[in-house]
Formats: sequence, C-alpha cells, structure tokens
Amino acid sequence: MQFETIIGLEIHAQLLTESKMFCSCSAKFGAVPNTNVCPICTGQPGVLPKMNRKAIELAIKTALALDCKIEPRSVFARKNYFYPDLPKNYQISQYELPLATKGFLDIEMDGKTKKIGITRVHLEEDAGKLVHKGAARIMGSEESLVDLNRTGTPLMEIVSEPDIRSPEEAKEYVEELANLLKQLGVCDAKLEEGSLRCDANISLRPVGESKLGVKSEVKNLNSFRSILKALEHEVKRQTQVLNEGGKIVQETRYFDDLTDTTTSMRSKEFAHDYRYFPEPDLVPVEPDAKWINEIKKSIGELPAQKRKRYEKELGLPPHNANLISSSKEMADFFEETLKLYNDPIDISNQLIGDVSAYSNENKIPLSKTRLTPFLMAGTLGEIKKGSISRKMAKDIIIEQLKTGKAVDEITKESGMAQISDEGELIKIIKEVIAANPKIVEDYKKGKTTVAAFLVGQVMRASKGQANPALVNKLLKEELKK
Amino acid sequence: MALSKKDVEHVAALARLGLSEEEKELFTKQLSSILDYAETINKLPTEGVPPTSHSIPMKNVFREDVVLPFKDVELIIENAPEEESHMFKVPRILE
Amino acid sequence: MNLNELTAHELHDLLKAKKTSAVEITEAVFLRIDKVEGKIGAYVTLTKDIALRQAKLADEKIKRGEKISPLEGIPVAIKDNMCTKGVLTTASSKILSNYKPPYNATVVEILNALGTAMVGKTNLDEFAMGSSTENSAIKTTRNPWDTDRVPGGSSGGAAASVAANETILALGSDTGGSIRQPASFCGVVGMKPTYGRVSRYGLIAFASSLDQIGPITKDVEDCAIAMNAISGYDEMDSTSVNKPVPDYTKALKNDIKGLKVGVISDLLGIGIDKDVKDIVLKAVKKLEELGAKTEEVKMPTFEYAVATYYLIAPAEASANLERYDGVKYGHRSKEVKDLLTMYYNTRREGFGSEVKRRIMIGTYALSSGYYDAYYLKAQKVRTLIARDFEKAFGKFDVLVSPTCPTVAFKIGEKKDDPISMYLSDIATIPVNLAGIPAISVPCGFSNNMPVGLQIIGKAFDEETILRAAYAYEQSSPPVPLSLKERGNI
Repeated sequence: MQFETIIGLEIHAQLLTESKMFCSCSAKFGAVPNTNVCPICTGQPGVLPKMNRKAIELAIKTALALDCKIEPRSVFARKNYFYPDLPKNYQISQYELPLATKGFLDIEMDGKTKKIGITRVHLEEDAGKLVHKGAARIMGSEESLVDLNRTGTPLMEIVSEPDIRSPEEAKEYVEELANLLKQLGVCDAKLEEGSLRCDANISLRPVGESKLGVKSEVKNLNSFRSILKALEHEVKRQTQVLNEGGKIVQETRYFDDLTDTTTSMRSKEFAHDYRYFPEPDLVPVEPDAKWINEIKKSIGELPAQKRKRYEKELGLPPHNANLISSSKEMADFFEETLKLYNDPIDISNQLIGDVSAYSNENKIPLSKTRLTPFLMAGTLGEIKKGSISRKMAKDIIIEQLKTGKAVDEITKESGMAQISDEGELIKIIKEVIAANPKIVEDYKKGKTTVAAFLVGQVMRASKGQANPALVNKLLKEELKK
Repeated sequence: MALSKKDVEHVAALARLGLSEEEKELFTKQLSSILDYAETINKLPTEGVPPTSHSIPMKNVFREDVVLPFKDVELIIENAPEEESHMFKVPRILE
Repeated sequence: MNLNELTAHELHDLLKAKKTSAVEITEAVFLRIDKVEGKIGAYVTLTKDIALRQAKLADEKIKRGEKISPLEGIPVAIKDNMCTKGVLTTASSKILSNYKPPYNATVVEILNALGTAMVGKTNLDEFAMGSSTENSAIKTTRNPWDTDRVPGGSSGGAAASVAANETILALGSDTGGSIRQPASFCGVVGMKPTYGRVSRYGLIAFASSLDQIGPITKDVEDCAIAMNAISGYDEMDSTSVNKPVPDYTKALKNDIKGLKVGVISDLLGIGIDKDVKDIVLKAVKKLEELGAKTEEVKMPTFEYAVATYYLIAPAEASANLERYDGVKYGHRSKEVKDLLTMYYNTRREGFGSEVKRRIMIGTYALSSGYYDAYYLKAQKVRTLIARDFEKAFGKFDVLVSPTCPTVAFKIGEKKDDPISMYLSDIATIPVNLAGIPAISVPCGFSNNMPVGLQIIGKAFDEETILRAAYAYEQSSPPVPLSLKERGNI
C-alpha cells in the first residue's frame, strides 16, 4: 500500500521583548532562579494581568510577514490545567479568536516553491522551569524545584496547515520560518536554546484518500536534525503498523536523539479538558488600520523577496541567492559591497565561500569580523585587475577578516603582490629557459605540452606571485626567439 | 440535571479537589438541584443574543514594554511552604 | 457622644478645629473593640500598632498646619479579601490562614496615602462566597442589632464593625450583593460602584467580571467621601475605566424634585417579606413627598438573574481559585505522597463546603460538552438582563427595590439550604450582572431589625443615586434610641 505523509507543525517562538507578557518583570534569560518575578507572574492572590503592547506588535508583524489576516477582534482565554510551573494553574492564551489567521509561508524544495498554509498565529504566556532532583527527567525523581523566572514571558504560537508532505519539507519549513523570525527581529529562533520550540503532528493516509489518518504528536524536537530524524522514524513506524493491518493510536510521542526513535508518552495522557473561556481580566485586542500599517512599514524586504530579486535582477545563481538572502547580516553586507563594486556574482561567491568558511570555523559572526564592504570591494577590484591571483586573494581576505587591513598593506607586508611587470617576468622566464635547455629543445622540436612545466617553474621561481596568464604569453614569445 | 457520583468524581478530579465519601454523596444531591435550578435559564430564548464577557465594553488596554523590577521578591519566596535554593519545592510528579 | 460613634465628616471637622486628635479617635475605636468585639466577632486581624502609628503621622501633619485629606487620621476597616502588605490576609479561608501578601491592593495604597488608620481586617464568607458570613473558616460574626442573627455577607464583618462603631468606615467587596446586603442587614450605608470605577488590583478574585470594591459607611456623606477616595483609573487593572472622577460630595444636594424613580415590581412580589415590602413602599412614598415621580416598572428577565449568576460566578471562581494549590504560598497538606495527592489534600483541607460546591459547579459549567449550555448561555441571558436595565433607564433616572427580601435571618437558619441562601440575593444580583452602580440605605425596622432600600443607577451615574440616597436619608427619622441601645449598639 502506498501512503502519503501528512505533517502539520506547531511552533512556539519566544518574543524578543524586554518585559514579560502580562507584567513588567524582565524577560531576559539566565537570571538566578526566582529573581525576575513579581506578584503577577507568581500568581499571588488578587493580581491582574496587563498586556505588553510590544508583544502584540511583534506578533502582528510576524502575521503580516506570513500574509495572514489580522483579526479585527481577538480575545485572550484561560486554558485551565494544573502543573507546578504554571502558578495560576491556568495559562492565559488565545482560543476561539486568535490574533491572526489564514496565511502561508513559501519554502524551496528541489528548486520549486511550495506554499505551506498557516492556520493561525496567536499569543500566550510561557510557563516556568522545573528542576528534577534525583533524576535527569521527571520519571524517577523524588522532588522537583520550580523556577518561575520564565513564567509569563511572551510566546507566539504559529500553527501550520497539514500541508507538509515529507520530513525534509518539515525541516525546510522550520528553517525558513526560523530565518524569517530572525530577520523580522521578533525572535532569535534557536531550537537548541528553546527560544524556538517545535511540535509535530504526523499521520499517513493511502494515496488518493482525502480523509486524514489518525495522527501522533511528536515532542522534544530541539534541533533541525531531530525534526528530520523523528519524522523519518514516524513515517517508518506508522507505515509498518498500517501495513501489518494495525491501527495508529492518537497519542503523544517523545523523540530520543540518542536512538533516533520516538516512544509513546501514553501513560501521561489522560484527557485534558482545558475548559477554555474568555479571560475576564483582559479586554479584546482590536488593531486598527493605522496601527497595522505602521507595523507593516517596519517590516522591510523579506528574505523570500530578497532571494527573488537577487536571482532575477542581479542574476545570482539560486544557490548563492538563497544563502545570501537567508542572513540579514550577509544580505546587508552584500548590498553595501555592491554599491562599491559592481559584480554581484563575484561578491556573492566570495561571501558564501571563504568569508562564510572563516565565520563558521571561528564562530565569529560576519559583523564582528574586521572585514568591511569597502575592504571587500577593494580586494575584489584588485583580483579583477590581476594584481593579485585568486589564490592570494583567499589569504588576503582571511587576513582582512582578522585585521581589517587594506590590500596593499597586506601584500607589501608579506611581499605577496602578484607580479605583472613584464620586464620582471621576462627576467625570470629567461632564467628558467637557461636552466632547462633539454625541455626547451623538446618544445622547439614540437612537444608544445612541456610549456606547462616551464610555466610551473616560473611560478616556483616567483614564489607563486607571477601572473600565470601573462607568464604563458611571455614564455611562448621568448621560446620563439 | 441529575448528576451521578461518577460525574461528581470526574469534576472533582478536574478541579484537583479531594472529596470525602460524605461530601461526594452530599454534593451529588446538592449539585443536581443547583444545576436543575440553573437550567431554568434555558426557558429564555437567546438566538442572536451576543454573550457578555465584559459588562463595560473596552478594548486595546496595553502597557509599554518597560522593565520595572519588583523590589520585594524575597517576600514572595518567604511565603513558600517548602523552598530550596530559592525555588519552590514540590513532591514527585508522577507521570 | 464617643468619638467612635461619629462619622468621618464630623471627625474631620473636629480634627481641623483641633478639638480632637487622630490618636484619640483611634484609641476610642479600639476601646470600643475591646468592649464588644468578643460578642460581634467582626475582625479576623486587628492592627492596633499600625493604626496608632498612622494616626500619629496624621496628627503630626495637622500640627504642622499642612493640608489634610478628608480621611486623614480616620480609622478604616478593610475586608480580609484585600491584600495588605505584610499583614495577614486570609479571605477567611484555611488555605490562606498564614498568608502575608508581598504587596498592597491599590485601594490600600490609596488609603495609606490619604492618611487613614487601618483598624484591622474584617471577617467574610470564605473567598466572598456567601450571604451571611457563616461560611468563614475563621469565626462567626454576629449582627450587632441581634447577636443571634447573621450580619449578612459576604462583607458581614465590615458591615457589623461599622454598625457597632468598631470602626468609622469600612471597605467591602460586592459580587452579587456582598456590600449592599450586609449593609441592609446591619442598618448602615453600602455602595457597589459601577464595574471598573474602583480598581480590583489586590482584591482576591472571586468572579472577575462581577467583583467591585466599595464603601460601607454610617451615612451617605461618608459614602461619597469614600467614593471620592477610592474611585479612579488604575493602570494595574485592565478592566479599570479611564474616566474622570467627579466630586461625589457635590452630588449631595438634598433635592430630588422631578427625579424619575422606577419601582421594580418583580422585587416586591412573591418571596418578599410583607413587612419589608411595606417599609420599602413607605420609603418610596417619602421619595414622592420629596418631589420624585415614582412609577412601577417590570424587569421580566430578573427571574433568571440568580440562576444566571450561579453559573457565571462559580465558573470564573473555579478558575480564580485554581492557584490555591500549596505550591507557592498558603496551606500545604502534610498528607503528601506525590504532587497529585498534594493538590487533592491541600485543597480538600483548605476549602470549606460552600467554596467546594461553587468550584464544582463552575468547573462543570465550563467543562467539555457543557460550556455552551451553561456558561455561554448564561452570558447571553446576562446581555438580556443588561438590556432590561437599559430600557428602564430610558424612562427613569434611578430604580428602587428592597435590598433584601427579608431582614437578617438567624444564625444557622439557612446553612443547609444553599438555594434558599442564594435567593436572598435576588434583588442585588441583577445589578452586578449589568455592571451598574447601586446603594443600600437604611429605611426602617421590621421586628427591630434594619431594612434596606436599594437605589440603582446608570453606569457611572453614582452621583444621581447618591443624591437620591442623601435626600431620603436627610428626611428620614433618626434611629430610635431604644433600638440603638439594644445589643450595645
């Protein structure tokens, strides 16, 4: 039986606000336990929530970038369940009337663009952290300690339509979304750190069937690799179950990145009746056109638009366009350099090649290196002129990343300037000809291929600084004599 | 609405409310009659009537994104029934 | 006359004239407390040291010739469901029996800034759920007019302390009548402001869309003074309305000529004690004599109000009370095997039966499969009730009714009959559902027990109901001394 994979993803993104969603405590990560807290986020008797305007704005900004409809009226709701990291034992979230609905995100798969639908974008408050004593996880621990620092930080939930058809697509979707959130400045989108969290719903159905199959929910996907591996495992598992005539149980499964498998959390599952009802302590959010337009203006060009522009208008190969547009830092650097040196393909190659390699190896972001668009433009200009070879250019760029020095300063210091002075080159060529009489004789007899050996010798003698094309030309001229 | 003892137990579980056997008996009776009484509102037709969640309608009440640290954090921790390392201690969470 | 028997405005005049001091007033109040508190039981916690310290500060201010607020140096009692920083705040529940809030409710901050002297925290029905204060887990409060009778609830302690002159004025809270009904039972003035007029920040929540804090006072002028003090926008409360606060004392014009008064006939029919009905109708007649135009008005949705309330209030309460779990503050059970047993046992031990009952009803009304039929339906009926009021206010300036169908009943009389207890709020509940303001003023005695007249107004029109209440009060005969001396009142 041939099965089709149906995947829907729920992403929770921690918003980059200074303060929490419903109180003025700092939303910063890493403080001593229970120091970024106040009566409101610790659920003391008598407290009331007060909405953070910036959180609403960041969510609207995201929703606009995802082409969503901003709902004219959205309402917060209480989601009731008991857990020690939730001080009120209800979470203020959104239920029937979320902030935004019906958008989409484009992803690139095998050179084709695919639209993944966005069902909704809404806001809610985060829970606290539990530290389990006596064990690494809840199972088996004797006691737990509750840190409420994180309680109340703003979370934006983005729910996709079940439009994703493979684990690779899922990974691509999350990468694309993470990118977008970073570029918008709404979230730093780090799966490993938890500022971006991903839960997946996956089911299979026979090809041709329109009814959705029973889904399982997969949790603990805290890297792109986990997303891919977990869903691949689920496809395998569910296929096997269905092929054996079994039924898929609707359950939550936990991904283990040591074994790359998922295990059932069924024992934890008992029916959650969240008893949602509109939050009486908050009033509805009704964004007007003026506010929405202001937010829209603050968005600027999105990665997907940039990518298209780089391909169509600047002629960048898709691979280059993709990589450069996916980082705001790189895209800005690229465009600045372009103003000074008008060869976009050259610039892009250099950026995605040596520059990225250096940045990744040394874990230094581009903006923190000493390389500037001005320096880059200069170096690329010299390469084009021929005063430095491409080989030398790599070393020069690395030196510039490290020290920010100008090209001529570097080549002077290391004596690296490419020799293009004909007089100087002829001198070296004459020396090489004199040193290799037999080879020269072979050449004159008609074995023209040996010229390459002689060129190599000239390069050696000039410590690689001779301009190879010029050497070739001059050598042939000298050999004619 | 006649509630069964099972209904009462289910609702008590949702509310994490421990009930004694006597309370379960008593509540089964009392809650049934209270809900019977409450159901009289079904006599009133409400088609097309919007629900009131706020008796004085308001919208867009926000605060600015400014950090104002709470100065009496220690008073919050002092109230903890059990505390360790500046965190609230709870007994084991069975899954 | 003893200082503790005077009103705030009378004491203010004495203070300004330097005929007395804040410390003297406060000591007089505590002397009275020493004498009668054993019989009345109005207070959960007395804060004599704090009160005297605040009184001393007020006196120093007066000595320096600085301008003082109308409440400077005046002893005030606070219902024990409003957070007072560092001072025990129990909501009269076992589950908070050891709780000291890390912050002050906004109204408490306001009173502190105005220089009042906090006498103590008054007793209530646990978590404000009740109509007699019998649901308190701390103690029984008795009606000063007859100590075998209830003071009303849930602000029974506050009303009793004002009636017994154990304070000059008090703050209570009202969700379904919890200020007005005890004011009526204890023969004092009590007002529930428009929803959003007074900040709820720091009020231990019962039903968020219905709760309001309001004054309980000896006369209408004190009520207006208190309203001036506590009303106003609070940025900590998202449901607080940003509307300017008028000077409510300017509404005390003693003139209601031409005032259009609607008499709610539905609240003068079956279920109302005949004597109470007669006394209230006499009060209505008095309003006419003063120049008001009175006419009967029907409010057909009122018969559904109590049922509606007993779905909405418990639903919101069930969520508001989820935070009491033994994790962060308050009582934690000693019978603990794991987290789940901690939750179950803490809440079993910590909550009384009425609270448990309402949590159960509320949880049920919100639960899967029942939300539409119960909670959602009730919120729709609530809209219809509000519309009844809107229609009536198209014709009338104020509406009147008895505050309660009866006078204060005997302690223990209604304890085993929840529905009968709920029905005693039949006149007050519709007002909370609509979010509009209402005041209860004493209007006579039945069987030597006080009867209250409820005057209801349009949203944010506290001025008109204060005007009507004042005019009535100024014209009504003073309380007979023989009655005042009963029960050492």
